[in-house]
Amino acid sequence: MGIAIRAENVSKSYTISHQQQPYLLLRDVMASGARNFARGALDVIRGRNRARSSAQEEFWALKGIDLEVNDGERIGIIGRNGAGKSTLLKILSRTTEPTTGEIRIRGRIASLLEVGTGFHPELTGRENVFLNAAILGMTRQEIHRRFDEIVAFAEVERFLDTPVKRYSSGMYVRLAFAVAAHLDPEILIIDEVLSVGDAQFQKKCLGRMEQVGREGRTVIFVSHSMQTVLSLCSRGILLDGGRIVAAGSAHDAVTAYRELGASNQIDRTWLLPGQAPGNEWIRLRSACIRPASTVASGQLTIRTPFCVEVVYDANLRAEAFFLGVRVRTDYGDIIFASGSIPMPIEPGTYHSECTVPGDLLNDGVYVVDVSFARDGTVPLFRAEELLSFEIHDVERASGAWLGKIPGAVRPRLKWETERLSVSAPA
Amino acid sequence: MDSGVQEIVIRAGQTDARYWRDLWSYRELLWFLSWRDVLVRYKQTVIGIAWALIRPFLTMIIFTIVFSVVARMPSEGNAPYSIMVFVGLLPWFFFTGAFSQASNSLLENERMITKIYFPRILIPLSSILVILFDFLVALLLLIGLFLWFGFSPDWRAVCVPLFMALGLSAALGPGLLTAALNVRFRDFRYVVPFIVQIGLYVSPVIYSSSLVPEAWRLAYSLNPMVGVIDGFRWALLAGEFSFYWPGFVASLAVNLALLLAGVLYFRRAERSFSDVI
Repeated sequence: MGIAIRAENVSKSYTISHQQQPYLLLRDVMASGARNFARGALDVIRGRNRARSSAQEEFWALKGIDLEVNDGERIGIIGRNGAGKSTLLKILSRTTEPTTGEIRIRGRIASLLEVGTGFHPELTGRENVFLNAAILGMTRQEIHRRFDEIVAFAEVERFLDTPVKRYSSGMYVRLAFAVAAHLDPEILIIDEVLSVGDAQFQKKCLGRMEQVGREGRTVIFVSHSMQTVLSLCSRGILLDGGRIVAAGSAHDAVTAYRELGASNQIDRTWLLPGQAPGNEWIRLRSACIRPASTVASGQLTIRTPFCVEVVYDANLRAEAFFLGVRVRTDYGDIIFASGSIPMPIEPGTYHSECTVPGDLLNDGVYVVDVSFARDGTVPLFRAEELLSFEIHDVERASGAWLGKIPGAVRPRLKWETERLSVSAPA
Repeated sequence: MDSGVQEIVIRAGQTDARYWRDLWSYRELLWFLSWRDVLVRYKQTVIGIAWALIRPFLTMIIFTIVFSVVARMPSEGNAPYSIMVFVGLLPWFFFTGAFSQASNSLLENERMITKIYFPRILIPLSSILVILFDFLVALLLLIGLFLWFGFSPDWRAVCVPLFMALGLSAALGPGLLTAALNVRFRDFRYVVPFIVQIGLYVSPVIYSSSLVPEAWRLAYSLNPMVGVIDGFRWALLAGEFSFYWPGFVASLAVNLALLLAGVLYFRRAERSFSDVI
């Protein structure tokens, strides 16, 4: 067995500027260039060291990654948001260059960083299959050979000559994934594609991934679903802060991830709008999880009612604006989702909170996604893994079961036992 | 793709030596991208590809009326003014279309750039191919025009592909340059239409370059499109156009210099496209 990928000391830095503009204007470059030149010249005259421009800052998304992946291995990469997973995948799939280090890759590599890349809404399903397959690196011959298989997998035979803009989102995703699933590279890079489609289709995709692995192909898989990583991958790597903090079996990596999850993010505030999650319509200011009653403090327990609170700037006018909160386990399974009552909205800063009753969640680590939408179906913004928190167990009645109580929820149910008759002691 | 297992080496700060080989192995993608753009352009249009004929045809008629009938601009020798204008309009439309499409092409394909690897130069190249397709369609119209006026070009017409190649390079060089600059500085979105607008007056489209005073002619020829349009007129107007060699050489030199600059800058900037777009 050979080595499919060998990475040595790979790092990647980005320059983040603290300006509020989404992109550079030539004017700014010339102006700051002139300013820096003037300041630099002054500094030289005064005999001072030249200071770096304060508006820019270096950010290391990856630091000194060493990695070896054998042929045919299925390796899962996990970590919290911003841990560097996506950057690592981008470097491996060559969409961006590392700042330092060297990577050797043996074999054809294909990446599924997002399904449906290159799909054009105006084109028909048939046309998009050809286009997308070509973008993902298939030759015309290969596409012709596998075309029927792809269409059958996606279950869209009847709509092949309909523009995909008229497809339901489920059909769209199925077709996109089908193309990707029929690539024949030696190394396949997958990022979160399995989180799409209905449960049945997800199962089909998982089956396909397992098959790819059995065929001896190398699979690099990034996911937030620990369950999927455990069932698909032979090895796991945990990234945190741009470094590899754990590597070994998939199980070890997942365990390490869960321990990491305990250092939860229950309170987040963004001072600079440029760094806050958001887009042209919604920009977050802060988000937190706090006990609902002021009496309770410190740890959240299975008994504590708590609030999910967000403060955000809304830059839109709509008749029916609403928020959604989704609570997931750190394994990725959704416990529940809840939407607010639609209301009219105008531009401004808003505070929204959602109270979750006590005696609902079991003990464990949870992740919260918050989404914003309007008019029933129009998504505005979704903040994935915005917050994470841990629910602690409470002391149980003496003599009660001491082990971990299984299940996603932990409702406090009414129990009654009454004696119906007295039997004679044996 | 080759069947043997290939090895890719990614090293920080080093331009990939395999680039041009990759470009060759991705040649099919070039066709697919152009094919997509051609398809998309005429989807949900009633007359479809006829648009590629109507635009240059109407422009030619308007120019003939305004500049020949009203302003009484002279033509080239015995060639009808309409033909002279149309022979200039063909490469000019190609240039403006190819140049503006190429400049915006990277931004329009942002998602592909951030998600998938392929030689990025394919994107502006494919957008130029689409315009080349329009050019070929409009060429049919020229043949119709020759028949209408009973004007026939001579042996020089075989040189048209050569001058077309020059036209391609004239659009590709600046196109690559502005495409790459556009990724970082969106200012070029405003610069390109301006260049195109001004270009019409400093290129011999509505008039013949022989009208330019002798003293200015060499400087005038530094515009790469002067060489291309003059070339078209020489090749298609059956000897009615006298070629000005010093100007052509100057125009060609600027053309090639811009192409080289475009390719070099694009290659350098390409490495950070997915980070800054």
